[in-house]
Amino acid sequence: MILKNTDELTQAIDRDHLPTELYLEMYSRMVTIRKFEETVYDLYSRGVMPGLAHLYTGMEAVAVGVCVTLEAEDKISSTHRGHGHLLAKGGDPRRMFAELLGKESGYNRGKGGSMHIVDMNLGILGANGVVAGGLGIATGAGLSAKIQGAGWISVAFFGDGALNEGLFYEVSNMASLWKLPVVYILENNHYGEYTSTSRSTAGNALARAGAMDIPAVSVDGNDVLAVYQAATWAVERTRAGEGPSFVECKTYRWRGHHMGDQGDTYGYRNQAEIEEWMKKCPIQRFRSALVDGNIVEASQLDQIDNQIEQRILEAVEFAKAAPYPDPSEVYQDVYA
Amino acid sequence: MSTPERIGTIREAINEALHEEMRRDERVFVMGEDIGLAGGIFKITAGLYQEFGGERVRDTPIAEAGIVGLAVGAAMTGLRPVVEIMFSDFTTLASDQIVNQAAKLRYMTAGQCKIPLVIRTAMGAGRRAAAQHSQSLQAWYCHIPGLKVIMPSTPEDAKGLLKTAIRDDNPVMFLEDKMTYNQKGPIPEGDYTIPFGEARIHRYGSDATIICTSSMLYPSLEAAERLAAEGIEVEVIDPRSISPLDEKTLVQSAVKTGHVLVIDEGYQSFGVTAEIAARVMQGAFDYLDEPVRRLGAADVPIPFAPSLEDLTIPNADRIVEIIREMRA
Repeated sequence: MILKNTDELTQAIDRDHLPTELYLEMYSRMVTIRKFEETVYDLYSRGVMPGLAHLYTGMEAVAVGVCVTLEAEDKISSTHRGHGHLLAKGGDPRRMFAELLGKESGYNRGKGGSMHIVDMNLGILGANGVVAGGLGIATGAGLSAKIQGAGWISVAFFGDGALNEGLFYEVSNMASLWKLPVVYILENNHYGEYTSTSRSTAGNALARAGAMDIPAVSVDGNDVLAVYQAATWAVERTRAGEGPSFVECKTYRWRGHHMGDQGDTYGYRNQAEIEEWMKKCPIQRFRSALVDGNIVEASQLDQIDNQIEQRILEAVEFAKAAPYPDPSEVYQDVYA
Repeated sequence: MSTPERIGTIREAINEALHEEMRRDERVFVMGEDIGLAGGIFKITAGLYQEFGGERVRDTPIAEAGIVGLAVGAAMTGLRPVVEIMFSDFTTLASDQIVNQAAKLRYMTAGQCKIPLVIRTAMGAGRRAAAQHSQSLQAWYCHIPGLKVIMPSTPEDAKGLLKTAIRDDNPVMFLEDKMTYNQKGPIPEGDYTIPFGEARIHRYGSDATIICTSSMLYPSLEAAERLAAEGIEVEVIDPRSISPLDEKTLVQSAVKTGHVLVIDEGYQSFGVTAEIAARVMQGAFDYLDEPVRRLGAADVPIPFAPSLEDLTIPNADRIVEIIREMRA
């Protein structure tokens, strides 16, 4: 079993001296996700958005820390809580909002909704409504790269809930056996739907990866630079043909499992715990580090915040104004 | 038939189609349990590993959901996987991948991706293999929009339909009745394909119509032969592809004969026979002399004891009885 020591990662990648543009890119993408998700919260609460929404608020550092290490042709698969991954990989907020509102200009012309957004041009193989569903797809994309001799790697984002699905073991076994270029990113937000991992998950996650001989590391998922360090290690070794890698990012979702899970409706976690995690806000932490470290001025970050705010507002207006799909589309694209 | 042909088995026909398609298109690869080095438990994939190597002919762990899951991801990203699930009973282990992923991705993404995936699997009872190695689950997959369901009954059809399946841009369930693997017949040489959704009339007749799928063709032809001796001329039609279904040919025959029996080895209740019967009755109601009859597997888990198993599967005696009743 090969478990990577986090100290080694710290030594290999000097988190305090990365290019300023990279820091700003990470900051921008995290703020974009936060503003997008809180806007979804608002749209859903006001009845503008139908269906289901699983918000990524509080977990932004994971998607961003990983996706900034990827190339354009790399593939990702995502989860039911997928907005963050899509935005981090370059997804267009206008087409995402349009999809959430069931509009023709949406990524999936309104046929997928929140849990199924795909952008093949950006290597986004899709959010997925089935827990662990994306693991097969991402691992298959890795197999595809190997057979075709293509240069891409694929990244599977999945949650602590998926870690208990059988599919993870079936596909990670093959990935390790065949040295497929796949990086597994476990987003451990400590709750699978309404049940804590302490009540659902035996042992520890790294040992499960280790059992497949997949090198694994666990990091603070609310520290974007820690995620970046681990992802860089994972992506580099996997891209070099050394086989799959595994990174556990420990984090927390501020909102409920989905929009129907508000306050104490289900009574599975308490307000004190939520507030404790909100103090560890990944964006606030990163912002403070950038300002306190004299890397950027607070005013520059304020300006970025405002630009993103405008971009999100404009995206929502675009989505609201977009037409609904023509009724004839209901029978289109069942078959190729 | 203008294409040159030879006589061979369904096993050889499928094997030949796989070889030819892998030579024709390097995006085609095969994957499954024991299909490489060992050539598959029914020897359907024999020789592929030797010709194409382990990269394109992949022996997998026993992990049906994983196999199909990987195939979906590979199909989405430019390859054309052909996977073998050893027994159709085991497709249930991969049913999330088949039903929730493969079948729906194109529609859910409004056509942004295609899933050119073939799932070959051995179905059918009669091998004394009991309840978990004998089922015919075609109705499950016919029920799902986005999937195509193909059931060949002859070597010629097996070759032509499999080649079409591999070239199709959709997920295709290719159901092979294990009891027909040794069935012999002409195999057209070379680039021979059969379009989906075209039934084949195996025998012409004007007194009654039998619509039968897969291995049910053989007891049906036997029954037709016996009935002909009694002066009852039966038309025997194999739809070959169940989804899409060649409704037109089936209805035309019903209009002509006025008496229709539908036979499929899946369970009779809520099965393929029910759907075909409903469509034929809708299309030919005014021409029918009686409601369409159905014959499927008995609604029980397939028993092991040969004496019991034989009672669960449609056979020529039962078919003859039903047609006689209909013509009485």
